Amino acid sequence: MLAHNGIMILLTLVLALVASIVPMPLSVDAFRPDWLLMVLLYWGIALPNRVNIITAWLMGFILDVLLGSILGIHAAAMAIAMYIAVANFQKIRNFSRVQQALVVAVVTALYHLLVFWLQRSFNDVVFLPSYLYPVLSSVVMWFWLFPALRLMRRHFKIK
Amino acid sequence: MNLSFVSGPSEQHRLILVLFCSACLIFFDHKLNSFESVRGYLQSMVSPLQYLANTPNQLMTWASENITTREKLVEQNQNFKVEQLRLREQIMQLAMLKQENARLRQLLASPVRQEIKKMVAEILSVNSDPYSHQVLINRGANDGVYEGQPVLDANGVVGQILHVGATSSRVILITDVTHAVPVRVSRNGTRLVSSGTGRIDRLVQNHVPHSSDIQKGDLLVTSGLGGKYPEGYPVAEVTVVRQDESRPFAMVYSKPIAQIDRLRYLLLLWPEQQSPFAPAPKVESPVKEEQSNARS
Repeated sequence: MLAHNGIMILLTLVLALVASIVPMPLSVDAFRPDWLLMVLLYWGIALPNRVNIITAWLMGFILDVLLGSILGIHAAAMAIAMYIAVANFQKIRNFSRVQQALVVAVVTALYHLLVFWLQRSFNDVVFLPSYLYPVLSSVVMWFWLFPALRLMRRHFKIK
Repeated sequence: MNLSFVSGPSEQHRLILVLFCSACLIFFDHKLNSFESVRGYLQSMVSPLQYLANTPNQLMTWASENITTREKLVEQNQNFKVEQLRLREQIMQLAMLKQENARLRQLLASPVRQEIKKMVAEILSVNSDPYSHQVLINRGANDGVYEGQPVLDANGVVGQILHVGATSSRVILITDVTHAVPVRVSRNGTRLVSSGTGRIDRLVQNHVPHSSDIQKGDLLVTSGLGGKYPEGYPVAEVTVVRQDESRPFAMVYSKPIAQIDRLRYLLLLWPEQQSPFAPAPKVESPVKEEQSNARS
């Protein structure tokens, strides 16, 4: 994991974990992008030999602990969302940025719905459209996150 | 580097493996609650991340506290002095009442109440699961915090400790859907159970008979029946009472007294152990059964 500047991958993942729990004003909070999922998706598409479903599952597990939800919920959703990206990484890699953003939208929406369905089966939670707001912000952020991470990958020659 | 062929087990096998792990985790964590001690360790391991995430907010608070004007500080100081005077006067009365109460209790041969150990905790403002109402505080097992411990703010009951880490712990709020508090109406002692609804400004009282004497504006205080919360702390104020005879029970909603949406400092309580001379409750009340079903 740590060879060829792999520590940078770990660093981005830790930063994404912090970004997903950092406090934000209530009005913006509903629009918090799925930083962790997006970073995982990028690395899954760019370097599927380094970051795979098991990495995604472990990160989702840490997110479960950080958020205090039932252990395994975010982990499972993260792994399934990641599977879609990793199984099609060669196609997604050749897509245009807009097409990639659409894929990100579908995958993040699936992730949120999976988390909701799993929670639904254990608690009496009610669906609110605001649970899907992060999909919009994630799509917007993808246009910045993708070039930033690619720049980083090339600069540090992570492979 | 070969990006065309990923080595190791295939993606499907990996997916099946991790989904199986997830299913096991969910089963053991949710259904069997067998992760309570492990949760503590996990919580301790991730707490550096949580303290890190809390720093921007702390910086902002620090800045706003240090960049206030002198006049504002003087004004605040004056307000505090007036408040302190008022509170001191109340304490003087309270001391007298306490003595009197203890004497009367001795006359009635009831156990005298002991002082309760307290500790102030601060909220770590980090994001939590949107599907449950929890907050993180900066006290943990190192400070003697234990699971199920009652937590208050300056006005009323806030919740109880859910998971304990070494230096931080998680509080489940009374408004969470899985939480319930045994309460009584302070006006007449009617016992009820206040369950969370998932809305920050509403608790619901389940199974209230139409005949029970409960009005809008009644104060609900903890009844001490569940054995978790000490008796007599304010929980909520009744906001809606609808006695519709076509329904089996009256609909009673209440609003938490504690300012759940603007918590900063919390008070942890260490209620005294039930003394062996305390009269055991003779009748097993339905309130208590309900309490043990809900997470309390």
